[in-house]
Amino acid sequence: MKQARSRCLGAFLLLLVLLAALVVWNINAGSVPLSGAEILRILFSPADGSTEYGIVRTLRLPRICAAVILGGGLSVSGFLLQTFFANPIAGPFVLGISSGAKLAVSLVMIFLLSRGTAAGSTVLIGAAFGGAMLSMGFILAVSRRVKRMSMLVVCGVMIGYICSAITDFAVTFAADSNIVNLHNWSMGSFSGIYWDSVAVMAAVVGVSMALAFLLSKPIGAYQMGEVYAQNMGVNIRAFRLALILLSSVLSACVTAFAGPISFVGIAVPHLVKSLFGTAKPILIIPACFLGGAVFCLFCDLIARTAFAPTEVSISSVTAVFGAPVVIYMMAFRRGSSSP
Amino acid sequence: MRDYLYTEKMAVGYGGQVLIEDICLHLRRGEIMTLIGPNGSGKSTILRSIIRQIAPIRGTVYLDGRPMESMAAMDIARRLSVLMTDRVHPELMTCRDVAATGRYPYTGKLGLLTPADREKVDEALEMVHGEELADRDFARISDGQRQRVLLARALCQEPEVIVLDEPTSFLDIRYKLELLSILKDMVRRRDLAVLMSLHELDLAQKVSDRVACVHNHAIDRCGTPEEIFTAGYILELYDAARGSYNPDFGCLELEPPAGAPQVFVIGGGGSGIPVYRRLQRQGVPFAVGVLHENDLDYPVAKALAAAVISEDAFAPIGEEAFHAAAERMMSCSGVLCPLSAFGPMNEKNRLLRELAEREGKLL
Repeated sequence: MKQARSRCLGAFLLLLVLLAALVVWNINAGSVPLSGAEILRILFSPADGSTEYGIVRTLRLPRICAAVILGGGLSVSGFLLQTFFANPIAGPFVLGISSGAKLAVSLVMIFLLSRGTAAGSTVLIGAAFGGAMLSMGFILAVSRRVKRMSMLVVCGVMIGYICSAITDFAVTFAADSNIVNLHNWSMGSFSGIYWDSVAVMAAVVGVSMALAFLLSKPIGAYQMGEVYAQNMGVNIRAFRLALILLSSVLSACVTAFAGPISFVGIAVPHLVKSLFGTAKPILIIPACFLGGAVFCLFCDLIARTAFAPTEVSISSVTAVFGAPVVIYMMAFRRGSSSP
Repeated sequence: MRDYLYTEKMAVGYGGQVLIEDICLHLRRGEIMTLIGPNGSGKSTILRSIIRQIAPIRGTVYLDGRPMESMAAMDIARRLSVLMTDRVHPELMTCRDVAATGRYPYTGKLGLLTPADREKVDEALEMVHGEELADRDFARISDGQRQRVLLARALCQEPEVIVLDEPTSFLDIRYKLELLSILKDMVRRRDLAVLMSLHELDLAQKVSDRVACVHNHAIDRCGTPEEIFTAGYILELYDAARGSYNPDFGCLELEPPAGAPQVFVIGGGGSGIPVYRRLQRQGVPFAVGVLHENDLDYPVAKALAAAVISEDAFAPIGEEAFHAAAERMMSCSGVLCPLSAFGPMNEKNRLLRELAEREGKLL
């Protein structure tokens, strides 16, 4: 008991330290290197009009905030989906929910751009949510027919491919001037995010996170299975609906701003649970948020700097680090009696 | 004493299709009621309807004097807990964590356990003899231990009724006995009402205060084990045309081998039972004699032998039975005599044995 508590405390500290270190590193790293003293000066003094100040305040800081908020939101979304489907390999990306959101967002973007207006973040989130719910509805319909989780994941991947194909198709016919922008986004990237977007995503993810945290008691009961959860007094229908809505809002928000980001939703909850040695939602939900933030900051750092000045898409980096975790999980899962 | 849980003209089934009708079960505290019946008769469906996992098609379930559909989920959770057959695969949970989920109806908004809650959890684990399991990973214990921990979970809910769906299904005999004795003990100590379904007739007969039989889309009969476990009714309940049921031993026997008896067995006092079983296995039809009607051998011989020559209880074997046995023996090609104890009551059996020996038929 004591041991478990100190392990969780240690794990939280570790995540916080990593987060702090990565924030500093992310501010520092890039084509314009900055010293520690300079960073402190920029962060805690009024605008001085220097280039460094501009780079940190308008480019790097919002990008860092976005990586923290969206990375955290994405992994919590994954955790909620895993709870819903009672399977650790469920996630917004593999179930095609991110791709559904991506499709809806790109269609809306192309439509609005062709009329000469840019889409506001609310519209984008709305579109992403619509797309996410569409994929989700499809997955839910499929899950009524296929009982095996592995088949459900395969269906999700297929939905993902269909959505991506339609997205590519739409992008091909978009006006030339829009393509570069759209292409970057549809591959997944934290670049080009500014403070106004950060404010919106902070609000959406913040509210969703708070709600998810308040659901941690029924989530804990639901981990025992539907029958027991219901017997313990959980209103199953309302609870399942809440899980679906929350996980869709979270992954829709991420997709609206940063495009589809792969494997974070599966890898991070798994790593966090292993690190904490428990799956108690009251600990794991905040821990997933921190873990997702750390993971995405780390991946974004690599995406930005590994092949500078060329930027790699964030999804490629998260896949490199996330996919092996998923494969490891599937191969070495304990109690592998369920498919 | 009033019924704590009862159903009133309940009809249950799936997708609007009625599977069992007119279910009127009445359960009091301090009592174990067991549902028995053939596979697919709907025992689980009844239980799942009572715990509101599926909605009853008609009728009402009353819990603590109130109709369950008008009760808040939390009020039900504090009175009724379950142990179902659904396998649970919680991740990274110790057995204590699993048991502690039963405190759900009593904890606050965030589900944090108070020291009093923890005490209750430990108490429940102790009750199922699971103290040493508390810190072990739930995914890495045996089926028997898992059922016990889930029973502790059910106890943590501090229920007045526990509903169990075939709690002994995956367990070997040691764990079956252990689980049922714990259950019996709980009923006594906490004045619980228990409603469960069981596959094992012998266990149902021993553990239940009342037995309800699900058959032909209805509760066919409901009564004490003595009323239910009769030779004729059990075979009828299970539509078992072959074999027989022995209510005294609570065991089933296969049907006797067909044909005229080839072997004659001189048995008695339990000595013949393994011989009858062996002959049945080998498919050799046989006759038995002379057995007293109160002999330990008698019910088994009755079930398995082609013919049994018997004598009234507590009476010495008479001439009539002796001659019938001797005649039967002569028509058989071999004689087995597992019996070695002879006294005034079965003196004639010793004569039978001598006769067989003289004829060279004793194997």
